[in-house]
Amino acid sequence: MSILNYNGGCVVAMKGKNCVAIACDLRFGVQSQTITTDFERVFELGPQLYIGLPGLATDTQTVYQRLQFRIKMYEMREGRRMKPQTLMAMAQNLLYERRFGPYFVEPVIAGLHPSTKEPYICALDLIGCPCEPADFVVSGTCSESLYGMCETTWREDMEPEDLFECISQSLVNAFDRDALSGWGAVVHIIEHDKVTTRYLKCRQD
Amino acid sequence: MALEMMMSGPDYMRDPRKHQFSPYANNGGTSVAIAGDDFVMIASDTRLSRGFNIFSREQDKVFPLTPKTMMASSGCWADVLTLNKVLQARLTMYSHEHHDMMSTTAVAQLLSTMLYWRRFFPYYVSNILAGIDEEGKGVVYHYDPVGHMEKLTFSATGESVSQIQPLLDNQIGGLNMLGVKPPTMTKDLARQLIHDAFVSAAERDINTGDGIIIHTITKDGKTEETVKLRRD
Amino acid sequence: MMEVVDNSYPGFQFSNFARNENLVAKGFPMPNSRKTGTTIAGIVFKDGVVLGADTRATEGDIIADKNCSKIHYLQPNMYCCGAGTAADLEMTTQLMASQLELHRLNTGRQVPVVAANRMLKQMLFRYQGYIGAALVLGGVDKHDSHIYSIHPHGSTDRLPYTTMGSGSLAAMSVFESRWKPNMELEEAKQLVRDAIAGGVFNDLGSGSNIDLCIITKDGATMIRPYDVANVKGQRQGKYEYKRGTTEVLSTTVRPIQIVAETVKKVTVEEMDTA
Repeated sequence: MSILNYNGGCVVAMKGKNCVAIACDLRFGVQSQTITTDFERVFELGPQLYIGLPGLATDTQTVYQRLQFRIKMYEMREGRRMKPQTLMAMAQNLLYERRFGPYFVEPVIAGLHPSTKEPYICALDLIGCPCEPADFVVSGTCSESLYGMCETTWREDMEPEDLFECISQSLVNAFDRDALSGWGAVVHIIEHDKVTTRYLKCRQD
Repeated sequence: MALEMMMSGPDYMRDPRKHQFSPYANNGGTSVAIAGDDFVMIASDTRLSRGFNIFSREQDKVFPLTPKTMMASSGCWADVLTLNKVLQARLTMYSHEHHDMMSTTAVAQLLSTMLYWRRFFPYYVSNILAGIDEEGKGVVYHYDPVGHMEKLTFSATGESVSQIQPLLDNQIGGLNMLGVKPPTMTKDLARQLIHDAFVSAAERDINTGDGIIIHTITKDGKTEETVKLRRD
Repeated sequence: MMEVVDNSYPGFQFSNFARNENLVAKGFPMPNSRKTGTTIAGIVFKDGVVLGADTRATEGDIIADKNCSKIHYLQPNMYCCGAGTAADLEMTTQLMASQLELHRLNTGRQVPVVAANRMLKQMLFRYQGYIGAALVLGGVDKHDSHIYSIHPHGSTDRLPYTTMGSGSLAAMSVFESRWKPNMELEEAKQLVRDAIAGGVFNDLGSGSNIDLCIITKDGATMIRPYDVANVKGQRQGKYEYKRGTTEVLSTTVRPIQIVAETVKKVTVEEMDTA
């Protein structure tokens, strides 16, 4: 078993019409044993900027804190909000710096451009190779199931409410076939004027 | 000096050497089966591969067993062929002894027994068996390589199982949807779901592609249909 | 102090290395990073060079990116195709692009392709093959048109036509049968397309579209995609969920509040040049 799957967990992000969504499961386990079911692995890094960090839980927290530190330094120095693209470059540098002794996280970034409100999603591998598609990105222990669900259910120009249904159904049905993810889910829908956070009802086995 | 002694000494003095025997190859392949009230559909992709190479773009992985039963197998292709050959022989012997075709439920049990018989050197094969049972209803049986058997109404197996199975759970099983009842399975819906499941799998799995062959079994007989998939 | 300002050290950090090795010893192997299975190729033709690449990135047997760009910019007269570990290619070419730009500004003239080749090979040799980048470097300078193939350990060849990646044999078979000196542009483009298509259709690690980059003494043109060799499959059903299908436990809405807004009119004034 890979150490990336040690604690379980998954993240998915999708683009909609003038909005983006990012969602994760809530399980924190040690291999097959579930420890808690309220472990959120999607973090807010700005009003409309979110990052999901599935992987080894200790590195989820470390990478989140290191990123937060660098973002605060950036925003103080620059006196402006960070763009999602800039966060991608920052995460990429942070991860590639440890090319030969990596953090075991595969981040997913979702957000809107602070001024143009252009939607942006991106996934990085554990040494910081970015992937910026036009539809959706997935990461975590059930990424294969998520690919299958998203590939079938995603469509262009979804309204925020439809995007919510699409990402929720994709996530919940995908992690129900994975023993290492699930036990609750949280979905953030990021729009130009608001962020809606919903906790989903899921099976608890 | 000590090393020299080791190298030149008698064989029991030398370092232990590990010999490896790897009898299995993974030749890819994905299969899906969906049962309805009076029919069953079973389909597989037509790509046969190993590693990064394509061996065939038009290999049907669904085998006819009796007029009412078919089996889709994928995994190690040598084992698929051998298992199928032995199973065919057993079915022929049965038909000679009993002057009748074996029923779908009996074939299902026979396959499980045959797989378990090789518990400690298994056939490296993922199977789904589809057929019409004694009451005329469609049934699907899903197997693991050592003969665990499960009777279902829909199932996926093989290389892209993790992409396809959640979609079937959701669209046929009606899971996780408030106020949505599982649909009544029709041939059109089954065909559409099989098509879309394979299209999605071909987008994301390098081992699935080229085409699908969809077999339909009803009380009146069998039909088959070929659909193209991406070839990269 | 150094750890607080955590990006004060240049170069690679090895603080996790011992921990990760320990995990490997305990039976948790290093996870695979994203690879580009890849077919990449480059040829010299009459007026310059043509580079080509497929657009598939894989993670094991799964396609992680269906349309990634594998032809990287180095200089206005130089591009570089990459195969191998995706992050290494991305970072190596970014680093090389900035170093070449600094070199150009320092010397005040166009960088020759040999210089880029030597810088790349010296960097890769220094890392002893641990940076998993296999490159096809192409460019045109005042001397000539150049195609170099650069291997992860730092060895290089200057060739009239070359291929790299998991689909390199499929692509090379096309070049070996059809490449000739002094080809016309259209013929050269078609040849590179066909070579990459050989990889796309016959190598499972390569796929999706075909990108080309043409470099002549007048500059470079990226054509992305040059050929959509594989279109996305069409679904027959509609998988639209009715609103309210997913069961929600709780909802919180946080509006993005605008604290203050000032609008400053900009009036264009004529500059006093008297």
